[in-house]
Amino acid sequence: MSTTIRTTYREALRMGLRDALARDERAFLMGEDVAHYGGTYAVSKSLHGEFGEDRVRDTPLSESGFVGAGIGAAMNGMRPIVEVMTVNFSLLALDQIVNNAATLRHMSGGQIEVPVVIRMTTGAGRQLAAQHSHSLEVWYAHVPGLRVVAPATLADARGMLWTALQDPDPVVIFEHAMLLPMEGELDADAGAVDIDHAAVRRPGTQLSLITYGGSLHKCLEAAEVLAREGVDAEVLDLRTLRPLDVDAIVASVTKTRRALVVDEGWKTCSLAAEIMALIVEHAFYDLDAPLARVCSAEVPIPYPKHLEDAALPQVGRIVAAACEVLSR
Amino acid sequence: MSIESGEAHRLLWQMVRIRRFEEKCAELYSAGHIRGFLHLYIGEEAIAAGALPELRADDSILGTYREHGHALARGVPAGAIMAEMFGKREGCSGGRGGSMHLFDVSRRFFGGNAIVGGALPLAVGFALAEQMRGTDRVVACFFGEGAMAEGEFHESANLAALWKLPVMFLCENNLYAMGTALGRSQSNVDLCEKAHGYGMRALSVDGMDVLEVRDAMRRAVASVRAGEGPIFVEFRTYRFRAHSMFDPELYRDKAEVAAWRQRCPIERFVRTALEREWLDDAGVAAIESEVAAEIDEAVAIAHAGTWEPLEALERDVYVRAPAAPAARA
Repeated sequence: MSTTIRTTYREALRMGLRDALARDERAFLMGEDVAHYGGTYAVSKSLHGEFGEDRVRDTPLSESGFVGAGIGAAMNGMRPIVEVMTVNFSLLALDQIVNNAATLRHMSGGQIEVPVVIRMTTGAGRQLAAQHSHSLEVWYAHVPGLRVVAPATLADARGMLWTALQDPDPVVIFEHAMLLPMEGELDADAGAVDIDHAAVRRPGTQLSLITYGGSLHKCLEAAEVLAREGVDAEVLDLRTLRPLDVDAIVASVTKTRRALVVDEGWKTCSLAAEIMALIVEHAFYDLDAPLARVCSAEVPIPYPKHLEDAALPQVGRIVAAACEVLSR
Repeated sequence: MSIESGEAHRLLWQMVRIRRFEEKCAELYSAGHIRGFLHLYIGEEAIAAGALPELRADDSILGTYREHGHALARGVPAGAIMAEMFGKREGCSGGRGGSMHLFDVSRRFFGGNAIVGGALPLAVGFALAEQMRGTDRVVACFFGEGAMAEGEFHESANLAALWKLPVMFLCENNLYAMGTALGRSQSNVDLCEKAHGYGMRALSVDGMDVLEVRDAMRRAVASVRAGEGPIFVEFRTYRFRAHSMFDPELYRDKAEVAAWRQRCPIERFVRTALEREWLDDAGVAAIESEVAAEIDEAVAIAHAGTWEPLEALERDVYVRAPAAPAARA
C-alpha cells in the first residue's frame, strides 16, 4: 500500500517544478519574480536557491518578450517553463503564443517543434477586480496547435507538468489561484499523469456535472448537497481543455442522460458553449432534458466581495441549476 | 577592402541570383502561379548576399516576410523556394507557408515571420539556449525598421542586452514601413541611438554596398561570437519595387526611387569589380547565364511539384499526444 503525504496544491506545483529541473538539464523556469521574490504566488519559492540564477530566471515585465524567448529557446532545443503571472497579463504575449508557438509546426511543414510549457494562474475569488481575475482559458482552447490543461487536483498539479514537458508541442497550463492553498493527501510516489483524458471525480447516474479547474470543487460540493436530496450526480473533470476528451463527455452524458456544464469563463462563446455543442452533436438523442450551464456573469469581475461572489459560479447556483435540469 | 576574385564572383552571383529569382517571381505572380502576398527584396540584395556568408552552418537565422533573398543566400535550394511559392508539397515548408514563411531547419533557417517584430523575441530565446549550453553559436535576426516601433523590439533589445546574449539585431532600414516613411513613424530616426539606449553596441552601414555589408558583418559576428554580447546593425537600403504586389506606391516620389536606383548594389559592384579587374565581362555574363539556368530549373521543379491531398489538411498541427511517462524511478 502506498503511503501519502499531506500537502497543498501550491506545494504540489512546486514538487512538479523541482522534479522537472532536476530531471532534465534542458528545463528551466523563467518569468516575472519567479526567483528572488519566490514567485508571485510562492509556487517557485526556494527553487532559485536550489537550481541557481540560470535555471530559475527572473525576467523584466515584458510578457511578449520573455514568452517569445521561451518559444525561441524551445525551438532551439531547450525545455523552457515560462510562468506568466496571470491569464490577464498573458494577453500581452498572445501574439507570441498564437502567431508563433501555435503556428510554427504547421507553417514550416512539420519541421519545427515548439516544446514550451507556459504556466499561468487564472480565476477570481480574491477581490482582485477586473484585471487580475478573469478566466480566459477558452481564448487559448480556441487555437489549433496548442494543448491546454487545467489541473484541479493535487495529483494533477504535481504530475501534469512532467507530461507537458514531454510534449513536442506547446502546452498552456492554467493553475486556479483559489486552489493554491488547498490541502489534501497526495501519494508519496506521485508522478506523471496523462494530459489527454477527462476524469470522473465522482461517479453518478442521474446528472453529469461537467467542469474543470477551480469549479471542480464547487461541483463536488454541489454533488454532496444533491446527494442529500437523493440525486446521484456524476462529476466529470475535463482536465484537458484542448483537445477536449469528447469520448469521456459523451460516455458520461449517455449514462446520466442529463448534463450541467460549470465554467468560470463568461457564458458567451465559452468552453461551456463548446461542450454543450459537442453533446448536441454526439448525444442529442440520449438526452432526457435540455442542457444547462452555470458560468460567470457577463461583467468584468467586480471588486466588492458580495458582487464578486455573485458574478461567479457558486455551489448554490449549481445546485439550483441542477434541480432545474432534473425538474425538481 | 580586400577581396579575391573567387569571392567577388560569389558575391555578384548571389546578388544576381536573388534579383533574377524575384523578377521571375513577379512574373509568375502576374501569371497566377504565385498567390497571396509577395514582398520583393529587389534593391536590398547586397545585405543578404554580403551578410549570410559570414555566418557558420551551426548559427541560426530568423527573418521576416521579405526573406527570399536570405533563404537563397543561406543555401535553401531555389527549387524548394519556388515550389513553396507555388504552394506545392515539394516546397521548403511543405507548401504550407508560401512566400512569407520559408523554413529550412536543416540549414538553421527559421523563417519566414509575417508578424512585424514577431521573430525578435524568438531570436532572444534562440540565443539564450546557446548561452545556457555554452556554445559559441550566434543568432542572426533580420527585420525592417518598421519593427522598431513595435514593443517586441524594445523588450527583445532589453532582454538581449541584460543577459548579454549572442544575438545580432540586423535592421534592414529601407525607409518605409509599408507606406509610412521613417520620419512619419519615429520620434527619433537615428536607429542606432535606440540600441544604444539599451547599452547595446550599434553601427550603421551602407546596405547598398555589398563589401561594406560583408566587412561590417564579419566584425560584428566575430565580436558576438567572442562573447561581447548582442549587437545592432542598421543597413541603410531601399526597396526598388512596391511593398507587395498590391501596393500602388502612392506614398513616395518616382524621383526618389530613381535616385536610389542609381545606387543599385549590383550595378555598383559590377562597376567596381570590372575596374579593379576582380571580374571581366565574360565572367559577369557567365553569372547571368548560370543564374538563368538555375531559375529555369527552379520554375520547372515548382511546376512539376504536387499538391498536398485534401486528406492531409490537418497534418502538422500536433505531432502526437504525449503518453504520461512511467511512474517515477
